[in-house]
Amino acid sequence: MENKQKKLNNLPNNSHEITIGFGGAAGDGLDKSGNLLARVINRHGLHAISYNSYQSLIRGGHTFLKLRISERKEMCYGDHFKVLLAMNQDSIERHAPAVEPGGVIIFNSDKVTCDSSLLQENVQIVPLSFRKLTSDMGKLIPIMQNTMILGSLLYLVNIDFKTLEQVLGDIFAQKGQEIIDQNTSVARIGYQTTQEHFASAKINIDWNFTHISKPFYSGNSAMALGAVAAGLKFYAAYPMSPATNILHWLVTNSERCGVLVKQAEDEIAVINLAIGAGYAGVRSMCATSGGGFALMTEAIGEAGMFETPVVIINVQRGGPSTGLPTKTEQGDLNQAIGASQGDFPKVILAPKSTTDCYHIVGEALNIAEQYQLPVIILSDLLMGENFETIEPGSWSHEVNINRGDLIEQIPQSMKGKDGFKRYTFTSSGISPRPLIGSEGMAYVTASDDHDEDGVIISDEFTNTAIRRKINEKRMRKLEGVLNELEPPQLEGSEDSEVTLIGWGSTWGVIHEAIEQLEVEGINANQLHFRYLLPFHSKESLQILNKCKKTIVVELNATGQFARHLKAETGFSSTDVILKYDGEPFEPRMITQRVIAILKGEPLDLNVTQSEAREMAYHYIRVHLKDKLRPSNIIQTSQNGYGEPVWVLDLIERNNGELKGKLTIGVETGSTHKWDPSNLEQ
Amino acid sequence: MSTANTITEKTFKTRVVEVSPDWCPGCGDFGVLSSLKKATLEKEIKSHEMLVVSGIGCSSNLPGYVNAYGIHSLHGRSLPTATGAKLANHNLKVVVTGGDGDGFGIGVGHFIHAMRRNLDLTYVVMDNEIYGLTTGQASPTTMKDHKTKTTPRGNVEQPINPLMLALVSGATFVARAFSGQPAHLSSLIEQGIAHKGFAFIDVFSPCVTYNKLNTYAWFKERIYKLEDEAPDRDPADFSDAMSTAMEFDDRIPIGLVYKVEKPTYEDTEPVLLNGPLIKQPLGIKKELFDQLLLETM
Repeated sequence: MENKQKKLNNLPNNSHEITIGFGGAAGDGLDKSGNLLARVINRHGLHAISYNSYQSLIRGGHTFLKLRISERKEMCYGDHFKVLLAMNQDSIERHAPAVEPGGVIIFNSDKVTCDSSLLQENVQIVPLSFRKLTSDMGKLIPIMQNTMILGSLLYLVNIDFKTLEQVLGDIFAQKGQEIIDQNTSVARIGYQTTQEHFASAKINIDWNFTHISKPFYSGNSAMALGAVAAGLKFYAAYPMSPATNILHWLVTNSERCGVLVKQAEDEIAVINLAIGAGYAGVRSMCATSGGGFALMTEAIGEAGMFETPVVIINVQRGGPSTGLPTKTEQGDLNQAIGASQGDFPKVILAPKSTTDCYHIVGEALNIAEQYQLPVIILSDLLMGENFETIEPGSWSHEVNINRGDLIEQIPQSMKGKDGFKRYTFTSSGISPRPLIGSEGMAYVTASDDHDEDGVIISDEFTNTAIRRKINEKRMRKLEGVLNELEPPQLEGSEDSEVTLIGWGSTWGVIHEAIEQLEVEGINANQLHFRYLLPFHSKESLQILNKCKKTIVVELNATGQFARHLKAETGFSSTDVILKYDGEPFEPRMITQRVIAILKGEPLDLNVTQSEAREMAYHYIRVHLKDKLRPSNIIQTSQNGYGEPVWVLDLIERNNGELKGKLTIGVETGSTHKWDPSNLEQ
Repeated sequence: MSTANTITEKTFKTRVVEVSPDWCPGCGDFGVLSSLKKATLEKEIKSHEMLVVSGIGCSSNLPGYVNAYGIHSLHGRSLPTATGAKLANHNLKVVVTGGDGDGFGIGVGHFIHAMRRNLDLTYVVMDNEIYGLTTGQASPTTMKDHKTKTTPRGNVEQPINPLMLALVSGATFVARAFSGQPAHLSSLIEQGIAHKGFAFIDVFSPCVTYNKLNTYAWFKERIYKLEDEAPDRDPADFSDAMSTAMEFDDRIPIGLVYKVEKPTYEDTEPVLLNGPLIKQPLGIKKELFDQLLLETM
């Protein structure tokens, strides 16, 4: 097993890379530290990709930020880390055991200790006393320990100090020279102390710096920028994680980008505002997450009925209900497909990467206006909120803007007795749409079904013939959309042993899993979908019928895309790899499960040892006031619970004294018993 | 062809597509429709410069009978829809219409927020104290003890007072009218359209089919005109407006209750200083684009 893990880490990749983990509580400033480090390495020309695992609270809790730094652009944040920056004791306990051999752990020894029994082979620790080392600097705010730790890190991963100095100067420019000097001094103390006393812990990476800086964007900010470049004029939103920072980005840049941004009272108002603006004739968009999207659905159908362009972004998080506000999932595909009552044309797109987020918004705005219908973009928390460097030249300010049949003068053919017909039945299904305020084309759009003029047909006599023809007219527009969209393409060799199928943000992680499988001697290829509705049924089936084995990989509990694929093509995949615990896929998880599937091994849903530990942490927080931590753990079947159980020793955080045993079911995951007295066994 | 012209009595009667209202004979909404037409005629508003937005309900069919741009939106959603359209093109004269169920029931959240924004909209509610289109259930303004299909033992809930709600929510023009007095109503709509800011006009518009309590006769007995009985009132006096709004028993005031000048949302939104959004250029200049990328490096 160990050998296999080492083998998996040895990717077919000559690029140097290292992953840093930042552990702490919300409010410890991890994101700021991560951003600072990313800026430093970016100026050297290295790439960075991050994942911040955080909780739904403002202070406290546990946050773990990973930053993968590399020479080549990586497509996901990976599945291992070599350096741990531990801002509190909790981070040591949770993450020290996962630091790779040869790695290092840096912490402020005033408040954190690290028991060497927790560490893997050849992992070194760098304890730095913030209080002692900065004693001659007067009173410093506690969060500056992070700056010291960052200084130390730079030495250990072989990145010079000068760039950090420049970045601190830029970041704190508005706060004045004193703050800049203070931060620089503290960082230098971290750097020099480590150089003098912990030189043996240095991880010698022989970086090839290009010194070409790159944009550092999240999917959300990429969508905001992409929308502006594609002519967005109106944006409405109600705050909802993880979509909120699209709102923040657009508000911040509203004036200089010429976009009117309106925060509304709820998501129902949001979508109706966006539809009102879209009707009037501006490019209009809104974003939310699953719960807000649910509130919007009635009006999405209205946009279909009005034939009004509007773009709705759903940055998915864990559902159902309030669900997991700060965790990622691909659980809203069914909701998007089924959004709103009745039949109407809608388009669903899913960007495959952060870089793609920029492009897909422009596509969505074009489709919405050309075909006069609602376009839904399915993003997710992982892609939406996490930052990464973007290859220079991936994005251009020049974006193709196609507004479709938007007219300011009545068409020649409609001049005369009958006048303007807003919903003229055409072979494409598209009818000319006036810019509201234009002379000679006043019409009423109605959420009731209507005739070519827009006059409702639902009141005095529901005209079945008109109803049939306008229904067909609306739906016909999807044929045009489908013809315009590029069909999916197989990536990799055509005769691979197994094809991994995905949609949306998993493109990068599947890509890396395929590289790992290559090392394992398994040739896999990839079929990824950006366009979910309308669906390229014919083209997809042609590809799928040639595949040997197919596995759909998606981040939800029921295989929503696998079912959609079957509904659209009749094709059933060989198997699925699903994940629905709140955390994203890491490549090794996919790799290992693919190997197991190919060997015919059944899916094991039992509680693993590390999951039992996580459950114990939850129990300790809720019932034992966070005073204990899990230590030894054994599995036994000799018990009265009707299932094997994990038995965990819970020990005092400070002195390691055994305080009791916690019993957790291996199959059900139930916390069967906390026994503070029975210290035998 | 009449669409490019000023709305005239003739164009109202013979729209490009002639649609006659499907309201019950005697419905109060006829008076509101004719008053709205008269007001826009007086203001010489051209049909393509006007947008009439409604929700769902008998009264929300109104935009279909006016020769202007119109949106017959979802139940309760007229105000956010109108807000979006107004912000996209604030040169449009936007009139929002609907009923008491639409505005004070399902749409009450939007009602409050639209008023505190002080957008330049005119909101005319045809208040018949009943759900008409769904055949006679209690509405948010159904009076206490009133027996309806859903309150067979009499309504136990307190009705909403739309005028007071409008006042505390920040409407800058609040009025009440009666569709049985269309000339008076028309003058108030005219003033409402002329007012820069959110104008709310609650119109008693009797439902002759499902509300046998609040009839034309019932209103005639009780209403009096503020301008007749209190000509020296200061419409900018908030406390006086609140007491006026509270009067709803044997005597019910109609007329202008409150009016104050305040900056509108459109006036204070910096992006709109460059003119209507629909006229603004699309996309981004290279310098700004490069700057936005550089800021993250």
